[in-house]
Amino acid sequence: MLSLLLTSLGHASTFMPPQASTIAPAVDRLYAFLLIISVLASILVIAGMLYFIFKYRRKSETEKSAYITHNHLAEFLWSFIPLVLFIVAFVWGWKVYHDLRFAPENAYEIFVRGQQWSWEFEYQNGHKSPAELYVPVGRPVKLLMTSSDVIHSFFIPSFRVKQDVLPGRYSSIWFEVKEPGEYQIFCTEYCGLQHSSMLAKVVAVPQKDFDMWVSGKAVSNLSPEEQGHKTYIARNCNSCHSIDGSAVVGPTFKGNFGLTRQFEDGGSAVVDENYLRESILDSQKHIVKGYTKVMPTYEGVLEDKEVEALIAFIKSLKN
Amino acid sequence: MATSHAGENYINHEKGLWSWLTTLDHKRIGIMYMISVMAFFFIGGMFALAIRLELFSVGKTIVEAQTYNQMMTFHGTIMVFMVIVPGLPAVFGNFFLPIMIGAKDVAFPRLNLLSWYLLMLGATIAVSSMFFGGVDTGWTFYTPYSIKGSIGVINMTLGAFIMGMSSILTGLNFIVTVHKLRCPGMTMNRIPLFIWALYSTAIIQVLATPVLGITLLLLVAERVLGVGIFDPALGGDPVLYQHFFWFYSHPAVYIMILPALGVVSELITTYSRKTIFGYKAIAYSSIAIAAVSFFVWGHHLFVSGQSEVAGILFSFITMLVGVPTAIKVFNWVATMYRGSIQLKTPMLYAIGFMFVFTIGGVTGIMLATVGMDVHFHDTYFVVAHFHYVMVGGTLFALMGAIFHWLPKMFGKMHNEAMARLSFVFVFIGFNVTFFPQFILGSLGMPRRYFDYLPEYEPLNRISTMGSWVIALGFIVGLITIIHALLKGKQAPDNPWGSTTLEWQTKSPPVFHNFDSTPSVNGGPYEYR
Repeated sequence: MLSLLLTSLGHASTFMPPQASTIAPAVDRLYAFLLIISVLASILVIAGMLYFIFKYRRKSETEKSAYITHNHLAEFLWSFIPLVLFIVAFVWGWKVYHDLRFAPENAYEIFVRGQQWSWEFEYQNGHKSPAELYVPVGRPVKLLMTSSDVIHSFFIPSFRVKQDVLPGRYSSIWFEVKEPGEYQIFCTEYCGLQHSSMLAKVVAVPQKDFDMWVSGKAVSNLSPEEQGHKTYIARNCNSCHSIDGSAVVGPTFKGNFGLTRQFEDGGSAVVDENYLRESILDSQKHIVKGYTKVMPTYEGVLEDKEVEALIAFIKSLKN
Repeated sequence: MATSHAGENYINHEKGLWSWLTTLDHKRIGIMYMISVMAFFFIGGMFALAIRLELFSVGKTIVEAQTYNQMMTFHGTIMVFMVIVPGLPAVFGNFFLPIMIGAKDVAFPRLNLLSWYLLMLGATIAVSSMFFGGVDTGWTFYTPYSIKGSIGVINMTLGAFIMGMSSILTGLNFIVTVHKLRCPGMTMNRIPLFIWALYSTAIIQVLATPVLGITLLLLVAERVLGVGIFDPALGGDPVLYQHFFWFYSHPAVYIMILPALGVVSELITTYSRKTIFGYKAIAYSSIAIAAVSFFVWGHHLFVSGQSEVAGILFSFITMLVGVPTAIKVFNWVATMYRGSIQLKTPMLYAIGFMFVFTIGGVTGIMLATVGMDVHFHDTYFVVAHFHYVMVGGTLFALMGAIFHWLPKMFGKMHNEAMARLSFVFVFIGFNVTFFPQFILGSLGMPRRYFDYLPEYEPLNRISTMGSWVIALGFIVGLITIIHALLKGKQAPDNPWGSTTLEWQTKSPPVFHNFDSTPSVNGGPYEYR
């Protein structure tokens, strides 16, 4: 019975995300150790307590209890045994922490910028990628991270790594991915309104495909509309512009193309490709009647092909 | 010493609202705290229910993200600064500390009244932030986010600052009272363990709370005067704020839990009708926890970018807190051994406390293990852990204390069946609400999330349903208390057969606590 329990706890990774980094099994072994001693200690205390409640329940109102004030051996044991277990947990935790913290010398470096409420990744050749962190499989990757505004925290559950991302200084994190695939990235330091949608994905691919991708030669098999939809999500356009016709912070994209827009300053324009491009890159120039001037400019932020994809996407959203 | 007339007690000694608002009687001040804390708990609880309801489904359920973030902030701030910190010390400490050491009152009755008014003033200012754009920083007010948002954060931090003053004055009062006003024969090694716990708490309140005050004032100075302390844009250091904040707020965690540990010691010994096992071990472990608590704040910053050495040191010292805590739990179990155990409602809450506090404790060790904390930090695992300690721990002890001391405070007996029913709902509801959050956190769901990925929905639903059961438990509990006050039978002086001094006087106590000054010639738990 007990051994069955211990075996199932030994496979405790059922409560953990998939083990996708080289360090994840080491973290999970520590987790299994902690879980097993925790469950055993809890059972000991709770079962002892329940047994005493039953065994020594009050049988008569005049009943007397034993007068026991202390017992040196028992007190020594229940101080010393927990202390030993805590020290084991501490040393083991230290070892894992050390391995989590220090990247191998040959790690491939990628620059990460966090801002309310998106992540951007920049590669050594200047290539930028929003919301998708492409990394090669089987090679240590070191992220050098900073924030443009408030404190964020970069967390990849499947890799068991997390590090705060601070304004005005750099912090780093490293991992080596075992299998190609997509893995969730969260922001775990509360950073305001859209904190829970400050998400991104790790896309782990073989080294060859990674080299192609980072040099910009990778052939995308997505149509411009699909590419635009991806950008719409990745660049968080969706937090202010809906695609279902509802007005949020800004006008909806649905049926937008071809409309005649009245501006706050009295002018008007027909929504065409040039109008859309201007509205994205120089967003403060014209404000549609009924809305406020809150959209940041995307000049220098979005690449040309992203703008083109977005325009194709907006055009495709007919009424 | 004046002998009181038959039937006279602290409640009917003077009449009218004014006599309460200007009272210097520690018992009346305790009752005023009780009413205020219950009102705050109601508000904080409403926010909690709304938070859980919002998290029932993926996406928006009842409110927008902005509202959710504000509710989460108000829930945390109200529960920490207005419910759990003042809860046990200011309500039950005020009422029972002088009686349990055989004193007529606390050392400084006027300061005592002032601290109640300060709490009210601070609470009012903090809540007024709702009308200044609200606050959405979380109860930790981390910089630089808190410097950039609405100005409501100034009201909130000033409110917390003033409530901190209240906490300091209460602590000061308790320390002096314990040292100077014990009755003849009441040596330090004969004071009840609840008093040892309050004494340890008071030390932390006096020493740590000023740091919170300084930190919050610096925050206000930065916000109002533009002095660069924490904001990197002004040359400040945002992580410095976290060090300052947790230098108070981690000891504050022990302000919240130590009195609860004291209450549980009283409950276990009373309802086991047996002398406490290891009086000195329990008493001194409170002091040990208080002392070590000052050196563990950095375990909140394992992934903040602090150095590896700092992380390891803080991990080690945090492990050391585990030892005196484990000692207490084992002592309680040993006290039950060969006792005469009666499962009255307060004992049920004490048992429930030990159950959840053990789980809260072992998960605390998991979080103290630095390599493990990297994964768990700022996930729902942490949310579950501190609710197991703060709600399952402190709030269970608070409920136990209410049903234990209600007959003494008001001279009325409660309906035992109803009180037990409240425990069943609170206990089951609590575990259904918070246990799934351990799994959510292990699976990586971050805390303070308005929305979450679809795979987290089933466990969130279970958690939300649990919150309804807890609410039901507290409603039944409240009805039981009101029913006892209105219709309860007259309580005898010592309904539970307890040996501590508060049960030697009348229920409710006379104005001066005792008709004649008691004297003591033995330990507090002489059940022979």
